[in-house]
Amino acid sequence: MRVFEKTKALTDMPLTYCPGCTHGIIHRLVAEAIDELGVREKTIGIAPVGCAVFAYDFFNMDMMQAAHGRAPAVATGAKRVHPDSVVFTYQGDGDLASIGAAEIMHAAARGERITTIFVNNAIYGMTGGQMAPTTLVGQVTTTSPYGRDEELCGKPIRMSEMLAQLPGAAYIARVSVHDVRHVLEAKKAIRKAFETQIAGEGFAMVEVLSTCPTNWGMTPIESLKWVESDMIPYYPLGVKKGA
Amino acid sequence: MAKMLMKGNEAIAEAAVRAGCRYFFGYPITPQNQIPEYMSKRMPQVGGTFLQAESEVSAINMVYGAAGSGARVMTSSSGPGISLKQEGISYIVGAELPCVIVNIMRGGPGLGSIQPAQSDYYQATRGGGHGDYRIPVLAPSSVPEAVELTIKAFDIADEYRTPVIVLGDGMIGQMMEPVDLPDELTRQLPAKPWAAGGRGAKPDADGADEGRRAIINSLYIDPQVLENHNIKLQGKYSRIAAEQLLFGSEMVEDADIVIVAYGTVARIVRSAIRLARAEGIKAGMIRPITLWPFPEAPIADAAKTARVFLTVEMSAGQMVDDVRLALNGARPSHFYGRTGGMVPAVRDVLDQIRRLAGAGQSPAIKEVLV
Ligand SMILES: Cc1ncc(C[n+]2csc(CCOP(=O)(O)OP(=O)(O)O)c2C)c(N)n1
Ligand code: SF4
Repeated sequence: MRVFEKTKALTDMPLTYCPGCTHGIIHRLVAEAIDELGVREKTIGIAPVGCAVFAYDFFNMDMMQAAHGRAPAVATGAKRVHPDSVVFTYQGDGDLASIGAAEIMHAAARGERITTIFVNNAIYGMTGGQMAPTTLVGQVTTTSPYGRDEELCGKPIRMSEMLAQLPGAAYIARVSVHDVRHVLEAKKAIRKAFETQIAGEGFAMVEVLSTCPTNWGMTPIESLKWVESDMIPYYPLGVKKGA
Repeated sequence: MAKMLMKGNEAIAEAAVRAGCRYFFGYPITPQNQIPEYMSKRMPQVGGTFLQAESEVSAINMVYGAAGSGARVMTSSSGPGISLKQEGISYIVGAELPCVIVNIMRGGPGLGSIQPAQSDYYQATRGGGHGDYRIPVLAPSSVPEAVELTIKAFDIADEYRTPVIVLGDGMIGQMMEPVDLPDELTRQLPAKPWAAGGRGAKPDADGADEGRRAIINSLYIDPQVLENHNIKLQGKYSRIAAEQLLFGSEMVEDADIVIVAYGTVARIVRSAIRLARAEGIKAGMIRPITLWPFPEAPIADAAKTARVFLTVEMSAGQMVDDVRLALNGARPSHFYGRTGGMVPAVRDVLDQIRRLAGAGQSPAIKEVLV
């Protein structure tokens, strides 16, 4: 009996993420969904600028690396050329909710048949822990050393709720990977987001609440707890659009 | 094939279609709007895709995605939009993707004007975005030439895996001339085995497909690997410089005064040198058709016989730097330019030529910038 098998959709390249970072779990879930749907050989993945910039080394399929925030536009170009392929973007919160806000909005508005995996860790990981549009009010980062000040920079953006308003968005869900139960739910949502694309229904996105122990200044365990205690109350989980 | 009367912008768009371009991503900006408008009509007729992007930033990144997927793809814009595209262009260069970018230049800086200008010469010929690179730049001076060069642009792009810029000024975009459009390309477009996706499943039976997958990328985190990549790019630029130089030479052999001009300005200069010749002044013209690679050697050659050089541009003086580099001090280099959408008049250029002719051995005219 086979208990565990490596997913084909991941390469053997060791992941470059910090210990305890949940980017790795999310990679695994995306890869499993692609393998289960049997579409690896017609999938094109778009890597972001952020800690997942090397995703083209990790996902074992055709990959493109996009400029910061532009993955949805690159995905649009690819999908329009190969409408039968499966195209996904994998983006952080700085990438998607800040510099790439226009690109993701309009890809969703066009009902672009792509799947977006949106990794929300409430911070800019790769550049060393600066404030993101998703940083919680009061959260200390290297560019909000006194805690995010609502007066100065407003409240964090809830991208899933915002994008769910757009008619072109067919499936939008927010999930978390802070414990096993939630990991399993996240897997289902990610799979659903790919199925939505394959069925040609429109734009699909899964926002995954993720940890950044390194820049949060927490242990991996503390980070998982912080997702539950601080992030989920502001970023409620669940399907925001679609079945 | 019967000649058709076409506006430059539309002729460029139709030429792209005939060159096999099936994807166009753009954003409205004057004076190039007829290109996206024409493409929005034409692409669906030929089974292609036209998409109006939410910005030029997005348009050029759609180009990146489509080019990375193996398509013949084009975008077009003008000054402010071309500035926004620079980030994407740099990535396209880094990832070695072929595409065609049309810039129908208008007056700048800032929002500037919508009138014709040649003020984006530096931006086009010096790379334009971040990083160490060059882009072949083709500058038509008539609508038929715009057709020819647009088709050529796609071929150069594919051959060298590079973006190619078609640099026209507002006049080229808006003027109507009879053109002879070639039939739709029948020849096979080059295979792109490096491109991503959708070309059928790749062999996977043995699990040994690693290395066969396409990776479209411009990130090389190891300095030595990046330097190697840059050396490769520079090698490509040397090949392009050796193989793709285009220029026109008119009445240069016996010329005393050689004028260097490109695009629409070259037409004005052509009229001026004819009038000068009628007055007994031996004037000639070198017309760069590729702005990069720049016709350095032809200018240096002309300097062996000509006495003085005059560069005329619709800018404050950009290409003149390349003329000076080519001359390397061998002959005096003068400049006459108009900016902001003002177009030099034939008589103004003729006046410049007369002054240089009258000035004998050491022409004393000042660089004139009105
Ligand atoms: C145009 C541009 N601006 C800024 C950067 C620098 N930069 C690299 S990664 C990054 C932030 C990434 O944060 P996020 O998207 O949240 O992903 P994470 O690293 O947290 O996974 C920034 C600002 C860049 N590469 N390009
Ligand atoms: S910096 Fe943060 S997001 Fe990036 S790999 Fe490390 S823990 Fe993960």
